[in-house]
Amino acid sequence: MSTMTAPKRRLDMPALLAWFVVAMVVVGLFSPIFGPDYGIMDVPRLALCLVILAIAGVRYELGFMRNLVGDLILGLVTAIAAWLLIATVTNHAGEATLGFWALTAATWASAWLFVERLAVWKSASPTAQRIINLAIPAMFGITLLVLWQLIVTGAGVPKVLLPAPSEIWVRLTNSVPTLWADFQQTFLKAVLAGYIIGCGSAFIVAILVDRVPFLRRGLLPIGNLVSALPIIGVAPIMVMWFGFDWPSKAAVVIIMTFFPMLVNTVSGLAASDAMQRDLMRTYASNYWQTLLKLRLPMAMPFIFNALKINSTLALIGAIVAEFFGTPIVGMGFRISTEVGRMNVDMVWAEIAVAALAGSLFYGIVALLERAVTFWHPSVRGGRA
Amino acid sequence: MNALASAKDTEMVETTTSASPNRVIDIENLSLTFETNDGPVHALSDIDLKIEEGDFVSFIGPSGCGKTTLLRVIADLEKPTAGHISVNGVSPEEARLNRAYGYVFQAAALYPWRTIAKNVALPLEIMGLSAAEQRDRIARNMELVNLTGFEKKYPWQLSGGMQQRASIARALAVEPDLLLMDEPFGALDEIVRDHLNEQLLQLWAKTNKTVVFVTHSIPEAVFLSTKIVVLCPRPGRIYDVIESDLPRDRSLDIRETPEFLKIAHRVREGLKAGHSYED
Repeated sequence: MSTMTAPKRRLDMPALLAWFVVAMVVVGLFSPIFGPDYGIMDVPRLALCLVILAIAGVRYELGFMRNLVGDLILGLVTAIAAWLLIATVTNHAGEATLGFWALTAATWASAWLFVERLAVWKSASPTAQRIINLAIPAMFGITLLVLWQLIVTGAGVPKVLLPAPSEIWVRLTNSVPTLWADFQQTFLKAVLAGYIIGCGSAFIVAILVDRVPFLRRGLLPIGNLVSALPIIGVAPIMVMWFGFDWPSKAAVVIIMTFFPMLVNTVSGLAASDAMQRDLMRTYASNYWQTLLKLRLPMAMPFIFNALKINSTLALIGAIVAEFFGTPIVGMGFRISTEVGRMNVDMVWAEIAVAALAGSLFYGIVALLERAVTFWHPSVRGGRA
Repeated sequence: MNALASAKDTEMVETTTSASPNRVIDIENLSLTFETNDGPVHALSDIDLKIEEGDFVSFIGPSGCGKTTLLRVIADLEKPTAGHISVNGVSPEEARLNRAYGYVFQAAALYPWRTIAKNVALPLEIMGLSAAEQRDRIARNMELVNLTGFEKKYPWQLSGGMQQRASIARALAVEPDLLLMDEPFGALDEIVRDHLNEQLLQLWAKTNKTVVFVTHSIPEAVFLSTKIVVLCPRPGRIYDVIESDLPRDRSLDIRETPEFLKIAHRVREGLKAGHSYED
């Protein structure tokens, strides 16, 4: 009957990180930071900053400033350390040695520690809690960018392989008109038109399939077949059919988005249970009333699933389709030509724009979903 | 045996006065057989039943005796394979299209995207009533089930008992003369169930509707009903029809009286004799 179990030793991540920061700072201070010659003024600044960082990190273990202020100081020192590292390595591109990598590791670990502390914070005010919830992924992203910058510059990675974020940023800000034109051509024309027509027509066909049973057996397999077509094969054909400009890209997007929307809407329309349909029957409700008042609301979680999947599929489809013939504008066109000209930073700038546009598009659809399916247990976080 | 004989007697009396204008439900020789892969299942066999206006009739029996199926036949949710049935003097389908009844299911089946008031309004929207008439009926029926003040809540914010009350308000909002209830309190705990039973009786007295109530609880059936129909399985058939002589105006205390226990005993005997307790 013994219910005694040995107390489980959980890994104390924050303590581990804090002591790792201390160790890395010690290594960094006693080994050369940069290769042949290092700027004599860099070392004291870095050293001072990183010692504070180590103390800020390890303060929980030493038993002082275990509070919000301490956490904020840790974040601030981490930011200063990261900035100092970036500023100094810019003058020593490709000359980083053991000391520099140790200090980079210390900064990374303390950023991680800061996020760990951030994740524990609870605030009574919902706005403050919202800011904290947003800050965590933001900190994570910034940490990744800083690491990317430090490693690429410190190790002197060739620009063609991987440009540093700063270089991509410079390229991005210097070519806003080009990027905007490409964005207009690919996103505002091809993606949006294709997405709306593809999802809209799939929705209408789903209602038809639901209304006419023989279409279910006839159309669904064909839809399945179309969705299995490789985009690489379809895109050139669409270019031949609809010309070089954006309508051919919109056609590719329609083909890509049609099937997910169709299948999800059809299964969503079947999601209402027998009792709910019987209920409508006892009210002598007709087909359209039942559709509008019961089956469509019930199908909304499914439909929004398709809309979210399609928001990213559409962008991929339009960009890839531009590889097969396009006027001299468009995100896919730019990527394929700039790769050929070894202008990899421009490719990355386009990728950044595509990632931003795709995330925003997805985010807007997800927000709409929350508003429409507020009642669904997965959204309101309750029991069924 | 005595029980069976008296049941036969009541049947006899009723058939002689069959032209009664107040007859709400008239079922003769009704059978329903489901064709399944394992052969036919006789869900209902040779059912004869008359229900008069203002009656509170309970169907009681073990699972599989066809009590829910019989209710669904009355509601035109199932089609009988033989026999005759009329509801309000017309076929069940016509009665359904006339919105002659309100149906309360085993679960509340409220739509989670609608507030309670909007859920009650659902049948009214389908019937195409004016906004003013809808508002009026929502207020009236929410008050009947003591849910005033919860109009703006969503179903998931309410307890199970309140949800079921809301579903009763929804059925009442159609303003039918006939209320069909399929184990409406089956999923609730006994304290809530007692409370709702009492409220249901008050509601019945207030509105003077005809109620057909499916249950598998003997106390519930005896407490609520003016007439108890005992069904037994394989094939689903009526074993006994008990006319209750308890006063219409009852409180929960009546369950301790000898009259109550006598009727409960007869129901139990009926279930036993119909092999309902056999596995």
